[in-house]
Amino acid sequence: MAIAAFGHAGSSKGTKNRASKGSAKVALLLLAPGLLYLAIFFIAPLLSLVATSLQTMDVSTGFPIYSYGFEVSNYVSVVTQYGPQIFRSFFYALVATLAALVISYPLAYFIGVKARRWPLLQGLMLTLVIAPFFISFLLRTFAWKQIFSSESWIVTTLQSIGILNPDQYLVGTPFMVIFGLTYNFIPFMTLPLYTTLERLDIRYLEAGADLYANPRRTFTKITLPLSMPGIVSGTLLTFIPIAGDYVNASGLFLGSTETSMLGNVVESKFLKSYEFPTAAALSVILMGAILLLVTLYVRKSGTDDLL
Amino acid sequence: MKKLAFGKYLLPIYAVLAFIYLLIPIVYTFIFSFNDYRRSNISWRGFTFDNWLSVCEAQGVCAAFGTSVSIGLISTFIATVLGTMIAIALVRYRFRFRSAISLLLFLPMATPELVLGAGLAAQFFNVGAEMGFGTIVIAHVMFCLSFVVVTVKARVASLDPALEEAGRDLYGSPSQVFWKITFPLLLPGIMAAALLSFALSFDDFIITYFNSGPTETFPKFVYTAAAKGLPGEANVIGMSVFFLAIAIVLFIQVRSSRKAKRLALVK
Repeated sequence: MAIAAFGHAGSSKGTKNRASKGSAKVALLLLAPGLLYLAIFFIAPLLSLVATSLQTMDVSTGFPIYSYGFEVSNYVSVVTQYGPQIFRSFFYALVATLAALVISYPLAYFIGVKARRWPLLQGLMLTLVIAPFFISFLLRTFAWKQIFSSESWIVTTLQSIGILNPDQYLVGTPFMVIFGLTYNFIPFMTLPLYTTLERLDIRYLEAGADLYANPRRTFTKITLPLSMPGIVSGTLLTFIPIAGDYVNASGLFLGSTETSMLGNVVESKFLKSYEFPTAAALSVILMGAILLLVTLYVRKSGTDDLL
Repeated sequence: MKKLAFGKYLLPIYAVLAFIYLLIPIVYTFIFSFNDYRRSNISWRGFTFDNWLSVCEAQGVCAAFGTSVSIGLISTFIATVLGTMIAIALVRYRFRFRSAISLLLFLPMATPELVLGAGLAAQFFNVGAEMGFGTIVIAHVMFCLSFVVVTVKARVASLDPALEEAGRDLYGSPSQVFWKITFPLLLPGIMAAALLSFALSFDDFIITYFNSGPTETFPKFVYTAAAKGLPGEANVIGMSVFFLAIAIVLFIQVRSSRKAKRLALVK
Protein backbone atom coordinates (compact mmCIF):
# COMPACT_ATOMS: atom_id res chain seq x y z
CA MET A 1 0.00 0.00 0.00
CA ALA A 2 0.95 3.60 0.34
CA ILE A 3 2.97 2.67 3.36
CA ALA A 4 5.49 1.07 1.09
CA ALA A 5 5.80 4.33 -0.77
CA PHE A 6 7.06 6.20 2.25
CA GLY A 7 8.84 3.31 3.83
CA HIS A 8 12.32 2.32 2.90
CA ALA A 9 12.31 0.30 -0.24
CA GLY A 10 15.50 -1.43 -1.07
CA SER A 11 14.48 -4.94 -1.83
CA SER A 12 14.48 -4.09 -5.53
CA LYS A 13 18.16 -3.17 -5.38
CA GLY A 14 19.13 -6.80 -5.15
CA THR A 15 17.53 -7.85 -8.42
CA LYS A 16 19.94 -8.33 -11.23
CA ASN A 17 19.39 -6.22 -14.25
CA ARG A 18 19.95 -8.25 -17.30
CA ALA A 19 19.70 -5.52 -19.89
CA SER A 20 19.89 -6.90 -23.36
CA LYS A 21 19.66 -5.40 -26.82
CA GLY A 22 16.25 -4.02 -27.58
CA SER A 23 15.24 -4.02 -23.92
CA ALA A 24 15.17 -0.22 -23.90
CA LYS A 25 12.42 -0.38 -26.47
CA VAL A 26 10.41 -2.83 -24.37
CA ALA A 27 10.89 -0.70 -21.28
CA LEU A 28 9.69 2.35 -23.15
CA LEU A 29 6.62 0.50 -24.43
CA LEU A 30 5.78 -0.64 -20.91
CA LEU A 31 6.33 2.74 -19.32
CA ALA A 32 4.95 5.11 -21.93
CA PRO A 33 1.16 4.62 -21.58
CA GLY A 34 1.10 5.00 -17.81
CA LEU A 35 3.56 7.86 -17.64
CA LEU A 36 1.79 9.67 -20.46
CA TYR A 37 -1.43 9.25 -18.54
CA LEU A 38 0.11 10.85 -15.46
CA ALA A 39 1.59 13.65 -17.55
CA ILE A 40 -1.81 14.52 -19.03
CA PHE A 41 -4.03 13.94 -16.01
CA PHE A 42 -1.69 14.72 -13.12
CA ILE A 43 1.11 17.09 -14.16
CA ALA A 44 -0.89 19.18 -16.64
CA PRO A 45 -3.74 19.74 -14.15
CA LEU A 46 -1.25 20.90 -11.52
CA LEU A 47 0.19 23.39 -13.99
CA SER A 48 -3.25 24.51 -15.03
CA LEU A 49 -4.08 24.98 -11.36
CA VAL A 50 -1.11 27.33 -11.05
CA ALA A 51 -2.20 29.15 -14.22
CA THR A 52 -5.75 29.47 -12.91
CA SER A 53 -4.51 30.81 -9.59
CA LEU A 54 -2.88 33.73 -11.44
CA GLN A 55 -5.87 34.63 -13.58
CA THR A 56 -7.43 38.06 -13.36
CA MET A 57 -11.05 38.22 -12.41
CA ASP A 58 -13.46 40.77 -13.80
CA VAL A 59 -16.80 41.09 -12.03
CA SER A 60 -17.87 44.37 -13.66
CA THR A 61 -20.49 42.57 -15.74
CA GLY A 62 -21.98 41.04 -12.63
CA PHE A 63 -20.84 37.58 -13.61
CA PRO A 64 -17.20 36.68 -12.93
CA ILE A 65 -15.13 36.49 -16.11
CA TYR A 66 -11.56 35.17 -16.01
CA SER A 67 -8.72 35.91 -18.32
CA TYR A 68 -5.12 34.75 -18.31
CA GLY A 69 -2.90 37.00 -16.30
CA PHE A 70 -0.11 37.06 -13.82
CA GLU A 71 -2.01 38.26 -10.80
CA VAL A 72 0.32 37.40 -7.91
CA SER A 73 -1.89 39.64 -5.80
CA ASN A 74 -4.45 36.79 -5.84
CA TYR A 75 -2.21 35.02 -3.34
CA VAL A 76 -1.93 38.09 -1.11
CA SER A 77 -5.68 38.57 -1.00
CA VAL A 78 -6.31 34.87 -0.44
CA VAL A 79 -3.92 34.74 2.50
CA THR A 80 -5.33 37.87 4.12
CA GLN A 81 -8.91 36.85 3.50
CA TYR A 82 -8.67 33.17 4.42
CA GLY A 83 -5.82 33.27 6.93
CA PRO A 84 -7.89 31.63 9.70
CA GLN A 85 -8.97 28.75 7.43
CA ILE A 86 -5.40 28.16 6.25
CA PHE A 87 -4.17 28.24 9.84
CA ARG A 88 -6.92 25.85 10.97
CA SER A 89 -6.04 23.36 8.24
CA PHE A 90 -2.46 23.01 9.40
CA PHE A 91 -3.22 23.36 13.08
CA TYR A 92 -5.99 20.72 13.05
CA ALA A 93 -3.79 18.47 10.92
CA LEU A 94 -0.92 18.83 13.38
CA VAL A 95 -3.04 18.11 16.46
CA ALA A 96 -4.91 15.22 14.80
CA THR A 97 -1.66 13.68 13.54
CA LEU A 98 -0.11 13.86 17.00
CA ALA A 99 -3.27 12.39 18.55
CA ALA A 100 -3.24 9.58 16.00
CA LEU A 101 0.44 8.90 16.79
CA VAL A 102 -0.20 8.76 20.55
CA ILE A 103 -3.23 6.48 20.12
CA SER A 104 -1.61 4.25 17.48
CA TYR A 105 1.84 3.69 18.97
CA PRO A 106 0.87 1.46 21.91
CA LEU A 107 -1.59 -0.40 19.70
CA ALA A 108 0.98 -0.99 16.95
CA TYR A 109 3.52 -2.02 19.61
CA PHE A 110 1.10 -4.53 21.03
CA ILE A 111 0.26 -6.05 17.65
CA GLY A 112 3.79 -5.95 16.27
CA VAL A 113 5.90 -6.90 19.31
CA LYS A 114 3.78 -8.42 22.07
CA ALA A 115 1.50 -10.50 19.85
CA ARG A 116 4.33 -11.85 17.71
CA ARG A 117 3.94 -15.38 19.03
CA TRP A 118 0.38 -15.62 17.72
CA PRO A 119 0.38 -14.83 13.99
CA LEU A 120 -3.31 -15.59 13.58
CA LEU A 121 -4.22 -13.13 16.34
CA GLN A 122 -1.89 -10.60 14.72
CA GLY A 123 -3.72 -10.98 11.43
CA LEU A 124 -7.07 -10.66 13.12
CA MET A 125 -6.04 -7.50 14.96
CA LEU A 126 -4.66 -5.97 11.77
CA THR A 127 -8.01 -6.63 10.12
CA LEU A 128 -9.68 -4.78 12.99
CA VAL A 129 -7.28 -1.85 12.51
CA ILE A 130 -8.22 -1.46 8.86
CA ALA A 131 -11.90 -2.30 9.45
CA PRO A 132 -12.91 1.41 9.45
CA PHE A 133 -11.63 1.60 5.86
CA PHE A 134 -14.21 -0.93 4.74
CA ILE A 135 -17.12 1.23 5.68
CA SER A 136 -17.58 4.35 3.62
CA PHE A 137 -15.56 7.32 4.85
CA LEU A 138 -18.69 9.49 4.80
CA LEU A 139 -20.84 6.92 6.61
CA ARG A 140 -18.42 6.54 9.50
CA THR A 141 -18.04 10.30 9.84
CA PHE A 142 -21.81 10.66 9.77
CA ALA A 143 -22.09 7.99 12.46
CA TRP A 144 -19.86 10.04 14.78
CA LYS A 145 -22.00 13.07 14.09
CA GLN A 146 -25.09 11.22 15.21
CA ILE A 147 -23.37 9.64 18.20
CA PHE A 148 -22.37 13.10 19.42
CA SER A 149 -25.49 14.92 18.24
CA SER A 150 -27.21 17.30 20.64
CA GLU A 151 -29.94 14.74 21.40
CA SER A 152 -27.58 11.88 22.18
CA TRP A 153 -27.20 10.60 25.72
CA ILE A 154 -23.47 11.34 25.64
CA VAL A 155 -24.07 15.04 25.23
CA THR A 156 -26.98 15.18 27.71
CA THR A 157 -24.89 13.31 30.28
CA LEU A 158 -21.94 15.66 29.80
CA GLN A 159 -24.35 18.55 30.20
CA SER A 160 -25.91 17.15 33.36
CA ILE A 161 -22.57 16.52 35.07
CA GLY A 162 -21.47 20.02 34.18
CA ILE A 163 -18.64 19.32 31.73
CA LEU A 164 -20.71 21.02 29.05
CA ASN A 165 -22.99 23.98 29.65
CA PRO A 166 -26.68 23.28 28.90
CA ASP A 167 -26.44 25.36 25.72
CA GLN A 168 -23.12 23.84 24.63
CA TYR A 169 -22.87 21.11 22.00
CA LEU A 170 -20.07 18.99 20.65
CA VAL A 171 -20.87 18.90 16.94
CA GLY A 172 -19.58 22.03 15.29
CA THR A 173 -16.67 22.54 17.70
CA PRO A 174 -12.97 22.30 16.81
CA PHE A 175 -12.74 19.41 19.26
CA MET A 176 -15.26 17.40 17.27
CA VAL A 177 -13.55 18.14 13.95
CA ILE A 178 -10.14 17.11 15.31
CA PHE A 179 -11.76 14.03 16.86
CA GLY A 180 -13.22 13.02 13.51
CA LEU A 181 -10.01 13.70 11.60
CA THR A 182 -8.02 11.64 14.11
CA TYR A 183 -10.43 8.73 13.92
CA ASN A 184 -10.67 8.67 10.14
CA PHE A 185 -6.95 8.51 9.51
CA ILE A 186 -5.72 6.38 12.43
CA PRO A 187 -5.20 3.25 10.26
CA PHE A 188 -2.76 5.26 8.10
CA MET A 189 -0.70 5.78 11.26
CA THR A 190 -1.07 2.34 12.84
CA LEU A 191 -0.12 0.30 9.76
CA PRO A 192 3.33 1.82 9.03
CA LEU A 193 4.11 1.85 12.77
CA TYR A 194 3.18 -1.82 12.90
CA THR A 195 5.39 -2.58 9.89
CA THR A 196 8.52 -1.18 11.56
CA LEU A 197 7.74 -2.47 15.04
CA GLU A 198 7.08 -5.92 13.64
CA ARG A 199 10.69 -6.01 12.43
CA LEU A 200 12.10 -4.75 15.71
CA ASP A 201 14.64 -7.23 17.06
CA ILE A 202 13.60 -8.00 20.64
CA ARG A 203 17.19 -8.91 21.52
CA TYR A 204 18.03 -5.20 21.43
CA LEU A 205 15.45 -4.59 24.15
CA GLU A 206 16.85 -7.48 26.21
CA ALA A 207 20.34 -6.08 25.79
CA GLY A 208 19.07 -2.74 27.06
CA ALA A 209 17.57 -4.40 30.11
CA ASP A 210 20.75 -6.42 30.70
CA LEU A 211 22.69 -3.18 30.75
CA TYR A 212 20.47 -1.97 33.60
CA ALA A 213 18.43 0.45 31.54
CA ASN A 214 14.99 0.97 33.01
CA PRO A 215 12.01 0.37 30.70
CA ARG A 216 11.63 4.07 29.98
CA ARG A 217 15.27 4.41 28.98
CA THR A 218 15.08 1.30 26.83
CA PHE A 219 12.09 2.81 25.10
CA THR A 220 13.58 6.24 24.41
CA LYS A 221 17.05 4.92 23.50
CA ILE A 222 16.16 1.80 21.54
CA THR A 223 12.50 1.28 20.60
CA LEU A 224 11.71 4.83 19.61
CA PRO A 225 14.77 5.46 17.40
CA LEU A 226 14.34 2.08 15.70
CA SER A 227 10.71 2.81 14.91
CA MET A 228 11.49 6.22 13.40
CA PRO A 229 10.86 5.07 9.78
CA GLY A 230 7.34 4.06 10.77
CA ILE A 231 6.76 7.33 12.60
CA VAL A 232 7.96 9.28 9.55
CA SER A 233 5.74 7.46 7.06
CA GLY A 234 2.80 7.39 9.47
CA THR A 235 2.86 11.12 10.14
CA LEU A 236 3.15 11.93 6.44
CA LEU A 237 0.34 9.53 5.53
CA THR A 238 -1.99 11.08 8.10
CA PHE A 239 -0.96 14.73 7.88
CA ILE A 240 -1.34 15.03 4.09
CA PRO A 241 -4.94 13.83 3.75
CA ILE A 242 -6.02 15.62 6.94
CA ALA A 243 -4.69 19.01 5.81
CA GLY A 244 -6.73 18.75 2.61
CA ASP A 245 -9.89 17.27 4.11
CA TYR A 246 -13.18 19.14 3.86
CA VAL A 247 -15.66 16.49 4.96
CA ASN A 248 -15.04 16.40 8.71
CA ALA A 249 -14.97 20.19 9.08
CA SER A 250 -18.05 20.70 6.91
CA GLY A 251 -21.24 21.93 8.54
CA LEU A 252 -23.02 18.86 7.18
CA PHE A 253 -20.77 16.60 9.21
CA LEU A 254 -18.76 17.42 12.34
CA GLY A 255 -18.00 21.09 11.84
CA SER A 256 -19.56 24.50 11.50
CA THR A 257 -18.60 27.83 9.91
CA GLU A 258 -16.25 28.40 12.84
CA THR A 259 -14.24 25.28 12.04
CA SER A 260 -14.01 25.55 8.26
CA MET A 261 -10.65 24.59 6.84
CA LEU A 262 -8.81 25.41 3.63
CA GLY A 263 -10.58 22.55 1.88
CA ASN A 264 -14.01 23.92 2.72
CA VAL A 265 -13.14 27.27 1.15
CA VAL A 266 -11.79 25.56 -1.97
CA GLU A 267 -14.92 23.43 -2.22
CA SER A 268 -17.33 26.34 -1.96
CA LYS A 269 -15.30 28.69 -4.18
CA PHE A 270 -14.88 26.04 -6.82
CA LEU A 271 -18.28 24.39 -6.87
CA LYS A 272 -20.67 27.00 -5.53
CA SER A 273 -19.46 30.53 -6.27
CA TYR A 274 -17.17 29.68 -9.19
CA GLU A 275 -14.30 31.88 -7.96
CA PHE A 276 -11.73 29.66 -9.62
CA PRO A 277 -8.58 31.79 -9.05
CA THR A 278 -9.28 31.92 -5.31
CA ALA A 279 -9.83 28.17 -5.09
CA ALA A 280 -6.78 27.49 -7.24
CA ALA A 281 -4.51 29.80 -5.23
CA LEU A 282 -5.56 28.09 -1.99
CA SER A 283 -4.90 24.65 -3.51
CA VAL A 284 -1.47 25.76 -4.69
CA ILE A 285 -0.67 27.04 -1.20
CA LEU A 286 -1.65 23.65 0.27
CA MET A 287 0.34 21.77 -2.36
CA GLY A 288 3.40 23.96 -1.79
CA ALA A 289 3.27 23.47 1.96
CA ILE A 290 2.88 19.71 1.61
CA LEU A 291 5.73 19.47 -0.91
CA LEU A 292 7.97 21.45 1.42
CA LEU A 293 7.06 19.17 4.29
CA VAL A 294 7.62 16.00 2.29
CA THR A 295 10.99 17.24 1.02
CA LEU A 296 12.17 18.19 4.51
CA TYR A 297 10.97 14.91 5.95
CA VAL A 298 12.45 12.77 3.23
CA ARG A 299 15.76 14.66 3.40
CA LYS A 300 15.99 14.22 7.12
CA SER A 301 15.06 10.58 7.25
CA GLY A 302 17.13 9.82 4.18
CA THR A 303 14.41 8.06 2.24
CA ASP A 304 15.92 8.58 -1.18
CA ASP A 305 14.27 5.68 -2.87
CA LEU A 306 10.71 6.91 -2.95
CA LEU A 307 9.06 3.98 -4.59
CA MET B 1 4.80 -7.12 42.72
CA LYS B 2 1.20 -6.02 42.32
CA LYS B 3 2.23 -3.11 40.14
CA LEU B 4 4.13 -5.45 37.83
CA ALA B 5 1.15 -7.76 37.38
CA PHE B 6 -1.05 -4.82 36.51
CA GLY B 7 1.50 -3.53 34.02
CA LYS B 8 1.39 -6.83 32.22
CA TYR B 9 -2.29 -6.37 31.40
CA LEU B 10 -2.07 -2.67 30.64
CA LEU B 11 -1.23 -3.06 26.96
CA PRO B 12 -3.81 -5.78 26.14
CA ILE B 13 -6.51 -3.75 27.93
CA TYR B 14 -5.46 -0.69 25.97
CA ALA B 15 -5.62 -2.64 22.71
CA VAL B 16 -9.15 -3.85 23.48
CA LEU B 17 -10.25 -0.27 24.24
CA ALA B 18 -8.64 0.95 21.02
CA PHE B 19 -10.46 -1.68 18.99
CA ILE B 20 -13.77 -0.72 20.62
CA TYR B 21 -13.07 2.89 19.67
CA LEU B 22 -12.28 1.90 16.08
CA LEU B 23 -15.45 -0.18 15.81
CA ILE B 24 -17.96 2.22 17.41
CA PRO B 25 -19.11 3.97 14.18
CA ILE B 26 -19.32 0.63 12.38
CA VAL B 27 -21.49 -0.92 15.09
CA TYR B 28 -23.59 2.24 15.15
CA THR B 29 -24.12 2.13 11.38
CA PHE B 30 -25.04 -1.54 11.63
CA ILE B 31 -27.60 -1.01 14.41
CA PHE B 32 -29.20 1.91 12.61
CA SER B 33 -29.53 -0.13 9.44
CA PHE B 34 -32.37 -1.87 11.34
CA ASN B 35 -34.00 1.35 12.46
CA ASP B 36 -37.61 1.86 11.46
CA TYR B 37 -36.82 5.45 10.49
CA ARG B 38 -39.34 7.90 9.07
CA ARG B 39 -37.74 11.03 7.69
CA SER B 40 -34.30 10.99 9.18
CA ASN B 41 -32.40 8.09 10.59
CA ILE B 42 -31.23 9.85 13.76
CA SER B 43 -33.26 8.62 16.71
CA TRP B 44 -34.17 5.00 17.35
CA ARG B 45 -37.81 4.24 16.46
CA GLY B 46 -37.95 0.48 16.51
CA PHE B 47 -36.52 -2.64 14.95
CA THR B 48 -37.27 -3.58 11.35
CA PHE B 49 -35.82 -5.63 8.50
CA ASP B 50 -37.44 -3.37 5.91
CA ASN B 51 -34.27 -1.46 5.05
CA TRP B 52 -32.46 -4.71 4.32
CA LEU B 53 -35.32 -6.31 2.43
CA SER B 54 -36.06 -3.37 0.15
CA VAL B 55 -32.73 -1.60 -0.19
CA CYS B 56 -33.67 0.16 -3.40
CA GLU B 57 -36.75 1.74 -1.82
CA ALA B 58 -34.83 4.88 -0.92
CA GLN B 59 -34.70 7.20 -3.89
CA GLY B 60 -31.45 7.01 -5.84
CA VAL B 61 -29.43 4.92 -3.43
CA CYS B 62 -29.19 1.82 -5.63
CA ALA B 63 -28.50 3.80 -8.77
CA ALA B 64 -25.68 5.63 -6.99
CA PHE B 65 -24.32 2.32 -5.72
CA GLY B 66 -24.41 0.85 -9.23
CA THR B 67 -22.59 3.85 -10.65
CA SER B 68 -19.90 3.53 -8.00
CA VAL B 69 -19.43 -0.16 -8.76
CA SER B 70 -19.11 0.36 -12.52
CA ILE B 71 -16.73 3.31 -12.08
CA GLY B 72 -14.72 1.16 -9.67
CA LEU B 73 -14.52 -1.79 -12.08
CA ILE B 74 -13.58 0.26 -15.15
CA SER B 75 -10.99 2.43 -13.44
CA THR B 76 -9.53 -0.56 -11.58
CA PHE B 77 -9.06 -2.42 -14.84
CA ILE B 78 -7.31 0.48 -16.59
CA ALA B 79 -5.18 1.41 -13.57
CA THR B 80 -4.16 -2.21 -12.97
CA VAL B 81 -3.06 -2.77 -16.58
CA LEU B 82 -1.10 0.50 -16.82
CA GLY B 83 0.35 0.12 -13.33
CA THR B 84 1.47 -3.48 -13.82
CA MET B 85 3.29 -2.53 -17.02
CA ILE B 86 5.15 0.23 -15.20
CA ALA B 87 5.96 -2.03 -12.24
CA ILE B 88 7.51 -4.67 -14.53
CA ALA B 89 9.55 -2.04 -16.39
CA LEU B 90 10.81 -0.47 -13.17
CA VAL B 91 12.12 -3.70 -11.71
CA ARG B 92 13.34 -5.46 -14.84
CA TYR B 93 14.92 -2.73 -16.93
CA ARG B 94 17.55 -0.07 -16.44
CA PHE B 95 16.96 3.24 -18.15
CA ARG B 96 17.70 6.92 -17.87
CA PHE B 97 15.52 9.38 -15.94
CA ARG B 98 14.81 6.63 -13.46
CA SER B 99 14.64 8.91 -10.44
CA ALA B 100 12.47 11.41 -12.33
CA ILE B 101 10.05 8.58 -13.14
CA SER B 102 10.03 7.43 -9.52
CA LEU B 103 9.25 10.98 -8.47
CA LEU B 104 6.43 11.24 -11.01
CA LEU B 105 4.90 8.05 -9.63
CA PHE B 106 5.38 9.08 -6.01
CA LEU B 107 3.93 12.58 -6.28
CA PRO B 108 0.25 11.64 -6.82
CA MET B 109 0.35 9.70 -3.54
CA ALA B 110 1.88 12.65 -1.68
CA THR B 111 -0.53 15.19 -3.14
CA PRO B 112 -3.63 15.97 -1.08
CA GLU B 113 -6.78 14.69 -2.78
CA LEU B 114 -8.16 18.20 -2.66
CA VAL B 115 -5.37 19.41 -4.95
CA LEU B 116 -5.76 16.42 -7.29
CA GLY B 117 -9.50 17.02 -7.52
CA ALA B 118 -9.37 20.79 -7.95
CA GLY B 119 -6.48 20.59 -10.44
CA LEU B 120 -8.21 18.06 -12.65
CA ALA B 121 -11.47 20.01 -12.46
CA ALA B 122 -9.65 23.20 -13.48
CA GLN B 123 -8.13 21.32 -16.39
CA PHE B 124 -11.47 19.87 -17.51
CA PHE B 125 -13.03 23.30 -17.21
CA ASN B 126 -10.26 24.91 -19.28
CA VAL B 127 -10.65 22.44 -22.14
CA GLY B 128 -14.42 22.55 -21.86
CA ALA B 129 -14.91 18.86 -21.07
CA GLU B 130 -18.33 17.85 -19.82
CA MET B 131 -18.20 16.52 -16.26
CA GLY B 132 -19.74 13.15 -15.56
CA PHE B 133 -19.06 9.42 -15.59
CA GLY B 134 -16.06 9.70 -17.94
CA THR B 135 -14.29 12.43 -15.98
CA ILE B 136 -14.74 10.45 -12.76
CA VAL B 137 -13.14 7.37 -14.36
CA ILE B 138 -10.23 9.50 -15.64
CA ALA B 139 -9.70 10.91 -12.14
CA HIS B 140 -9.88 7.52 -10.45
CA VAL B 141 -7.39 5.87 -12.81
CA MET B 142 -5.02 8.77 -12.12
CA PHE B 143 -4.96 8.37 -8.35
CA CYS B 144 -5.08 4.55 -8.32
CA LEU B 145 -2.18 4.13 -10.76
CA SER B 146 0.67 4.79 -8.32
CA PHE B 147 -0.83 2.51 -5.69
CA VAL B 148 -0.97 -0.29 -8.25
CA VAL B 149 2.68 0.30 -9.20
CA VAL B 150 3.81 0.14 -5.56
CA THR B 151 1.82 -3.03 -4.85
CA VAL B 152 2.77 -4.97 -7.99
CA LYS B 153 6.40 -3.83 -7.88
CA ALA B 154 6.96 -5.68 -4.61
CA ARG B 155 5.73 -8.86 -6.26
CA VAL B 156 7.88 -8.42 -9.39
CA ALA B 157 10.94 -7.85 -7.21
CA SER B 158 10.37 -11.12 -5.34
CA LEU B 159 10.01 -13.09 -8.57
CA ASP B 160 12.84 -15.49 -9.34
CA PRO B 161 14.21 -14.61 -12.84
CA ALA B 162 15.47 -18.19 -13.19
CA LEU B 163 11.91 -19.40 -13.80
CA GLU B 164 11.53 -17.18 -16.83
CA GLU B 165 15.02 -18.08 -18.01
CA ALA B 166 14.00 -21.72 -17.89
CA GLY B 167 11.00 -20.88 -20.04
CA ARG B 168 13.22 -19.17 -22.60
CA ASP B 169 15.70 -22.04 -22.55
CA LEU B 170 12.81 -24.31 -23.47
CA TYR B 171 12.20 -22.18 -26.57
CA GLY B 172 9.18 -20.38 -25.19
CA SER B 173 8.36 -17.24 -27.17
CA PRO B 174 8.40 -13.97 -25.20
CA SER B 175 4.60 -13.90 -25.09
CA GLN B 176 4.43 -17.56 -24.03
CA VAL B 177 6.95 -16.91 -21.27
CA PHE B 178 4.92 -13.92 -20.10
CA TRP B 179 1.48 -15.51 -20.11
CA LYS B 180 2.56 -18.99 -18.93
CA ILE B 181 5.15 -18.01 -16.34
CA THR B 182 5.40 -14.34 -15.42
CA PHE B 183 1.71 -13.47 -15.32
CA PRO B 184 0.54 -16.41 -13.16
CA LEU B 185 3.37 -15.73 -10.71
CA LEU B 186 2.49 -12.03 -10.55
CA LEU B 187 -1.24 -12.71 -10.24
CA PRO B 188 -1.48 -12.50 -6.41
CA GLY B 189 0.22 -9.09 -6.51
CA ILE B 190 -1.97 -7.92 -9.37
CA MET B 191 -5.10 -9.11 -7.55
CA ALA B 192 -4.03 -7.29 -4.38
CA ALA B 193 -3.44 -4.13 -6.42
CA ALA B 194 -6.81 -4.45 -8.13
CA LEU B 195 -8.60 -4.91 -4.80
CA LEU B 196 -6.84 -1.89 -3.32
CA SER B 197 -7.59 0.12 -6.42
CA PHE B 198 -11.27 -0.81 -6.35
CA ALA B 199 -11.51 0.06 -2.67
CA LEU B 200 -9.87 3.46 -3.26
CA SER B 201 -12.14 4.19 -6.20
CA PHE B 202 -15.33 3.00 -4.53
CA ASP B 203 -14.83 5.06 -1.39
CA ASP B 204 -13.44 8.21 -2.98
CA PHE B 205 -15.42 11.32 -2.35
CA ILE B 206 -13.05 14.30 -2.30
CA ILE B 207 -11.73 13.98 -5.87
CA THR B 208 -15.03 12.67 -7.25
CA TYR B 209 -17.03 15.60 -5.93
CA PHE B 210 -14.95 18.03 -7.99
CA ASN B 211 -15.17 16.05 -11.22
CA SER B 212 -18.57 14.38 -11.18
CA GLY B 213 -20.92 17.01 -12.59
CA PRO B 214 -24.45 15.60 -12.25
CA THR B 215 -23.30 11.97 -11.88
CA GLU B 216 -24.16 10.53 -8.48
CA THR B 217 -21.83 8.03 -6.82
CA PHE B 218 -22.53 6.32 -3.52
CA PRO B 219 -20.27 8.58 -1.40
CA LYS B 220 -21.74 11.61 -3.14
CA PHE B 221 -25.23 10.31 -2.35
CA VAL B 222 -24.31 10.09 1.34
CA TYR B 223 -22.85 13.60 1.27
CA THR B 224 -25.93 15.20 -0.24
CA ALA B 225 -28.29 13.08 1.86
CA ALA B 226 -26.48 14.11 5.05
CA ALA B 227 -28.17 17.51 4.84
CA LYS B 228 -31.71 16.20 4.90
CA GLY B 229 -31.15 12.98 6.83
CA LEU B 230 -29.59 9.77 5.64
CA PRO B 231 -31.97 6.92 4.72
CA GLY B 232 -31.41 3.64 6.57
CA GLU B 233 -30.91 1.95 3.19
CA ALA B 234 -27.57 3.76 2.88
CA ASN B 235 -26.50 2.04 6.10
CA VAL B 236 -27.53 -1.30 4.57
CA ILE B 237 -25.35 -0.73 1.50
CA GLY B 238 -22.44 0.49 3.64
CA MET B 239 -22.66 -2.57 5.88
CA SER B 240 -22.98 -5.01 2.97
CA VAL B 241 -19.81 -3.62 1.43
CA PHE B 242 -18.15 -3.80 4.84
CA PHE B 243 -19.00 -7.48 5.37
CA LEU B 244 -17.94 -8.37 1.85
CA ALA B 245 -14.57 -6.63 2.30
CA ILE B 246 -13.99 -8.30 5.68
CA ALA B 247 -14.82 -11.69 4.16
CA ILE B 248 -12.31 -11.14 1.35
CA VAL B 249 -9.56 -10.07 3.75
CA LEU B 250 -10.16 -13.00 6.09
CA PHE B 251 -10.21 -15.41 3.15
CA ILE B 252 -6.86 -14.08 1.89
CA GLN B 253 -5.38 -14.29 5.39
CA VAL B 254 -6.49 -17.85 6.00
CA ARG B 255 -5.27 -18.93 2.58
CA SER B 256 -1.84 -17.34 2.97
CA SER B 257 -1.38 -18.78 6.46
CA ARG B 258 -2.27 -22.23 5.09
CA LYS B 259 0.22 -21.75 2.31
CA ALA B 260 2.89 -20.75 4.84
CA LYS B 261 2.20 -23.92 6.81
CA ARG B 262 2.48 -26.06 3.70
CA LEU B 263 5.77 -24.40 2.78
CA ALA B 264 7.04 -25.02 6.30
CA LEU B 265 6.16 -28.69 5.89
CA VAL B 266 8.05 -28.93 2.61
CA LYS B 267 11.15 -27.46 4.20
